[in-house]
Amino acid sequence: MKIIVLVKEVPDTYGERKLDLETGLADRAASESVLDEISERALEVALAHAGSAGSAGDVEVVVLSMAPESAAATIRKGLAMGAASAIHIADPDLAGADLGLTARTLAAAIRRAGFDLVITGNLSTDGSGGVLAAMLAELLEVPNVTALSSVEITADTVAGTRSTDDAAMRVSAPLPAVISITEALPDARLPNFKGIMAAKKKPFETLTAADLGIEPHDLSVAASILTAIAEKPPRAAGVKITDEGDGGTKIAEFLIENRLA
Amino acid sequence: MTEERDALVEAVREFADAELAPNASRWDTEKHFPIDTLRKAGQLGLGGVYVREDFGGSGLSRLDAVAMFEELAKGDTAIAAYISIHNMVAWMIDTFGDVAQRERWIPGLTAMTDLGSYCLTEPGAGSDAAAITTSARREGDEYVINGVKQFVSGAGSSAVYVVMARTGDQGPKGISAIVVPDGTPGLSFGRNEQKMGWNAQPTRQVVFEDVRVPIANRLSAEGEGFGIAMKGLNGGRLNIAACSIGGAQWALERALRYVSERETFGAPLATNQAVMFTLADMETDLQAARALLQRAAAKLDDGASDVVPACAMAKRFATDAAFDVANSALQLHGGYGYLHEYGIERVVRDLRVHQILEGTNEIMRLIVGRDLVSKL
Repeated sequence: MKIIVLVKEVPDTYGERKLDLETGLADRAASESVLDEISERALEVALAHAGSAGSAGDVEVVVLSMAPESAAATIRKGLAMGAASAIHIADPDLAGADLGLTARTLAAAIRRAGFDLVITGNLSTDGSGGVLAAMLAELLEVPNVTALSSVEITADTVAGTRSTDDAAMRVSAPLPAVISITEALPDARLPNFKGIMAAKKKPFETLTAADLGIEPHDLSVAASILTAIAEKPPRAAGVKITDEGDGGTKIAEFLIENRLA
Repeated sequence: MTEERDALVEAVREFADAELAPNASRWDTEKHFPIDTLRKAGQLGLGGVYVREDFGGSGLSRLDAVAMFEELAKGDTAIAAYISIHNMVAWMIDTFGDVAQRERWIPGLTAMTDLGSYCLTEPGAGSDAAAITTSARREGDEYVINGVKQFVSGAGSSAVYVVMARTGDQGPKGISAIVVPDGTPGLSFGRNEQKMGWNAQPTRQVVFEDVRVPIANRLSAEGEGFGIAMKGLNGGRLNIAACSIGGAQWALERALRYVSERETFGAPLATNQAVMFTLADMETDLQAARALLQRAAAKLDDGASDVVPACAMAKRFATDAAFDVANSALQLHGGYGYLHEYGIERVVRDLRVHQILEGTNEIMRLIVGRDLVSKL
């Protein structure tokens, strides 16, 4: 079984994150770059299955990323954690790709590599699109189950729990399939020294858009257009509620008024 | 090579940030030795950083090791220093043990499911280590060990004790290195010493009363023990120096933040030239210490002929400079630096002993001076 895990390098959420107002892209120099935590959890799902008794030892985990060349060290962390190989689509023409182009490019790479299961995070901490898994499933013409808070993988199916605001659903799909997972799934293992040393010897394929038959500036394909960009407004002072015997009521009113209740 | 070291050091940093730093203050107060956390360090690969890989070591270089110990010490200097001592024990068995000895002890030590302690110093023999009196008398195919070892880190919690004992005449040539497993009858421990710092690791006497171990527990030949002890200390000195630099670097970063935020007489402290000069000296001394340390680590990796004075001068300079930097960081914090919750006073207390152990800084000067004079 071949599991492809989508991993993404993102600006560290601990730091100040900035957009470049000229280009509309994330300013990667403004903060530390890290492997998105949700990507790590997605990889943990794959590695946990690969290491489980039920996997019969025939599970190959591949990490896949579309990212600038500078992200190679971050992708290699996925190899250090235990993935068998990595595919890195690095092409300056893909900088600022919208979700449609990103999905087309990733789907082409996934088809090229071959797969039984694709695992993604439900939402990256930078783009926060949250639709890539569905787009990939559509392009790959396979079933899609999203936002799983638990995952069980067998030789020919994937199943799990999908939490909604109202209830928890039990969902399953035959393989091949695309799934996305939530941060309810466990923290990823830390890479150990052996993993880090082994990572440098593992296959690491770097591809361009042309290698995948993708034309980034193909104007015949619908694409999103950036119409406006602005600096994040400075943080305003909070509202102070003084308790004069009716503090509880005032807090309740504030929450209702701001649709927070 | 650099990218690989960066990735290794990054993994250590993540471990120190997640597992050590949040607990360092509490472990110091409660004098808690975090054995569970040390197991996690073992899973990472910190149990045998420069131990060969066939029985579970990480097979890395001394240059890798000093970069790692600096990161560990930013999280908790006392625990980083214990891991250094544990590594020295693992390295001694790995380097001077035969295959059977390595197979028996190295897997547990590298995983840190078994901890190691180093027993050299005695109540009557500190700097003059060749004067030890703990005896290992041969009886048939056993050694019978009698004596007392002083200031043993990890004692009472360790599974493996590497003991320097006298198997022959007076002086360094009469000393052998013998492995004593925990639980051997006649092996006992003193009380946990009350110390100025290093509270997160236990320090006890180790008492040997007719302790019998097989002759097969001796590392290398009879009479080789003193050489083994001194070779182990070369690396131990580098790691302790690295721990000093890490603790001091952490204190400097805290001080930098404090002087930029704290206002006196209407302006941040950092606008005072006197403060600026202090910060500049702290940074310069730490960079000089790190450069000297990396030089010595490279010499140990390369087996250079002047490795002993190189390690000694790095240890002397780094542990002195780092203590002064941490103490300056405390002074820059004013009264807050003296409060436990700021963590600075703990680092000052922890770093003080680095000027004393793994060979006092006076002995380091003797090594460097004698080497100079011997070349005349």
